[in-house]
Amino acid sequence: MEEKNSFVREVAEKKYEYGFVTDVQTDIIEKGLSEEVVRLISSKKGEPDWLLDFRLKAFRYWQTLEQPTWGHLKMPPIDYQDISYYADPTVKKGNDKKEIDPELIKTFDKLGIPLEERMALAGTAVDAVMDSVSVKTTFREKLQEAGIIFCSISEAVREHPDLVREYLGSVVPYKDNFFAALNSAVFSDGSFVYIPKGVRCPMELSTYFRINARGTGQFERTLIVCDDNAYVSYLEGCTAPMRDENQLHAAIVEIVVKENAEVKYSTVQNWYPGDAEGKGGVLNLVTKRGHLRGANSRLSWTQVETGSAITWKYPSCILSGDGSQAEFYSVAVTNNYQQADTGTKMIHLGKNTKSTIISKGISAGKSQNSYRGLVRVASSADGARNYSSCDSLLLGSSCGAHTFPYMDVRNDTAVVEHEATTSKISEDQLFYCNQRGISTEDAVGLIVNGYAKDVLNKLPMEFAVEAQKLLGVSLEGSIG
Amino acid sequence: MSSEKQYIDLFAECRSLIDEHSAPVMNALREDAFVAFQTLGFPSRKIERYKYTDVVAAFAPDYGVNLKRIDFRVNPYEVFRCGVPNLSTSLYFMVNDQFADKAVTRPSMPDGVVIDSLCKVARERPELINKYYGTLARARKDAINAINTMLVQDGLFIYVPKGVVVDRTIQVVNVLRADMDLMVNRRVLVVLEEGAQAKILFCDHSMDDHEFLTTQVSEVYVGENAHLELYELEETHVRSKRFANMYVDESRNASATIDSITLNNGLTRNRTDVSLSGEYSEINMYGCVVADKEQHVDNNTLIDHKVSNCQSNELYKYVLDDKAVGAFAGRVLVREGAQKTVSQETNANLCATKTACMYSQPMLEIYADDVKCSHGSTVGQLNDAALFYMRQRGIPEEEARLLLKFAFVGEVLDSIKLDALRNRLHFLVEQRFRGELGKCSGCGPNACSTR
Repeated sequence: MEEKNSFVREVAEKKYEYGFVTDVQTDIIEKGLSEEVVRLISSKKGEPDWLLDFRLKAFRYWQTLEQPTWGHLKMPPIDYQDISYYADPTVKKGNDKKEIDPELIKTFDKLGIPLEERMALAGTAVDAVMDSVSVKTTFREKLQEAGIIFCSISEAVREHPDLVREYLGSVVPYKDNFFAALNSAVFSDGSFVYIPKGVRCPMELSTYFRINARGTGQFERTLIVCDDNAYVSYLEGCTAPMRDENQLHAAIVEIVVKENAEVKYSTVQNWYPGDAEGKGGVLNLVTKRGHLRGANSRLSWTQVETGSAITWKYPSCILSGDGSQAEFYSVAVTNNYQQADTGTKMIHLGKNTKSTIISKGISAGKSQNSYRGLVRVASSADGARNYSSCDSLLLGSSCGAHTFPYMDVRNDTAVVEHEATTSKISEDQLFYCNQRGISTEDAVGLIVNGYAKDVLNKLPMEFAVEAQKLLGVSLEGSIG
Repeated sequence: MSSEKQYIDLFAECRSLIDEHSAPVMNALREDAFVAFQTLGFPSRKIERYKYTDVVAAFAPDYGVNLKRIDFRVNPYEVFRCGVPNLSTSLYFMVNDQFADKAVTRPSMPDGVVIDSLCKVARERPELINKYYGTLARARKDAINAINTMLVQDGLFIYVPKGVVVDRTIQVVNVLRADMDLMVNRRVLVVLEEGAQAKILFCDHSMDDHEFLTTQVSEVYVGENAHLELYELEETHVRSKRFANMYVDESRNASATIDSITLNNGLTRNRTDVSLSGEYSEINMYGCVVADKEQHVDNNTLIDHKVSNCQSNELYKYVLDDKAVGAFAGRVLVREGAQKTVSQETNANLCATKTACMYSQPMLEIYADDVKCSHGSTVGQLNDAALFYMRQRGIPEEEARLLLKFAFVGEVLDSIKLDALRNRLHFLVEQRFRGELGKCSGCGPNACSTR
């Protein structure tokens, strides 16, 4: 028992390894939110009038809204006036703006995201975003040869205004919800991806988000447009320093998929989850949605959620192209006092559309983990097909696992299936492993990894390895 | 608040009249319910539990209320042209919310068993009613409870004392009968004491073509080691609206089966909340809905596993045609410490037309780790291969579809333990699918075997 306890302590102490703070000069605007702040952000980015208009409309609409409370979450009150909405760590007095502070390079190195192209993992282009600004986007030139645009959204606004104007807010309008309106008003950086017709993106694209500055929130905005017959695989990773305050992260991801195109979007979310007493941590309140506009288009969301004090997100798909297919694979792990209310929405509009939902929840400690999902089949969606499977694994007697699926079916040719199970790791399985000399901790790790395998298999290779390790770390100390 | 206003005004004006024709035990809770109703108002569709039914619209029209307790005469033998063959039951009638004492001869019951008008028993033995009335169905928790508690004057009381086993099925036929559009507020109290056993069948029928709005609040207590089978069959008409809340509480080692079958209706919303508050208690809930035209059936259930070692099992099946709307929201709550819970929930639905609409929402909320819980839900159509197989063997398509639909709901009907009732329901459902059951055909006892 003593041995076990010391092991537990050891793990608890080392747990979040990305919790360091980078000491870098950062240009942070005053805390508070008003029209002036929105104008200030827009002017700092040198944005055109139409975008400022968009921001102001969103801001005015946001002011009429109240923060929703329907999630199965105990949310600390958020003071929206006590957050700084813009923090730029790339500003260095007197220096050439193009040169990146070596501290920043070091930071991303430490996170395993080398910004030097020669050092980078072969086949992955990275857009590194810290606080409100994109630090660097690698392999841009190489991608440009194929006609692919991969840059920060601020650059895209400057260089490809027509494209951005056409698609921004077309999947997630600013009136969508409270956090979408807030993001639309104050969004800072994020990635913009455009894959032209018939191009298969030769490498994985990825964005790495990092919150660094104290008292700020991150409001990134990602827009991916995949034109006819194109293909792209996109990865997203995120971390934040350990702080005892809650930091807000309210992002929007919009994906447009056209005829015969395919987009794979993978997330390994590892925001700081707060300490063992539930103090601090990131509030992850994001809106992610893909619109499958073209016939036979495909979109798959894969997410591994291990971080954040609170996760409230539903990567969704609107299947309006005939024969389009959408997939959602999710592993959500909560430990200590973490709370997650996550799932997906599949809105079937086109004929013969197909969606699959595989969700695996793992709760430990005193955490609460909910799956909430909607499958809607409109009367136009003849031959629509959905299969959902949601499993929950409980480790410990004080955690909670909940399932809230919604099915709205208005078509007589649709087939919608949902199944869910909740259980703990069986004594038999543990005993079997113990008997063969595998310690209980290792056995739980094995079983959990096996349980999440369906989802982990869907991740690109490098991510899968990271995700597997992450699962292990997140759950260590929760057994016993 | 316009929908609420007429009820608030009605209560404020006619309070003494309501009190006068009811019992002090029931009157005692009115004030609280009135306050609760004023604060709650009717739930809008933004309230999660009322997402699928528009309560405000249902309560908006002006209905008559029989506050003066005028007797509506019915001849039960006229109401029902057909019976459940071979099902010998102890038969009781309720006309709207009144216990029809004179309609049929009273069946004999074991000593101590009470089956009577709630108001009457509340006047004669207030201590018995007081112990149970309003303790499960709290007015402050739900607007339907509130309005019912506020306006209700009578209902049914079933009491089975300690250790008594009632062998014969107790059949209660609720008849809706009026010369104008009518609102009916009915209260049902069922108490099974320790070790008691009973089988109860409720049949809802409507006699007249008028519009009916029924609120029914039932409180069911199943004592230690007691065993209850409760069947509810609704066969009313398209102009009938029903809001029924049932609260069931089970003590240690108790077991209950609740079957709810909706064959003909207008708008139905059944809320069933089951508390498993004693260890080793068990609940089986079954539901079967056959709806077409513009019928609306919304079943909302909650099974609350409060303690460890309890079992729950839930199965609801819907067949929807035309413009029918079906909704099923089943929540299973396993509280902290309710270890060794076993729970299974299934909802399967058949949509036969493009205009029919099904909402399914099976929910699990679990705060204990040593549990085995699962749920499943499907919406689909008849199996093409099976249809083809039957047509290949010379069964006309229409007939083949009927057979498959029939087999689909058969799973729920087969859960009925009373042989005669099960057979009768098989027959009724078949009739229903063939469209021959336009009006309720009833399940009275002494009827002829031909229609």
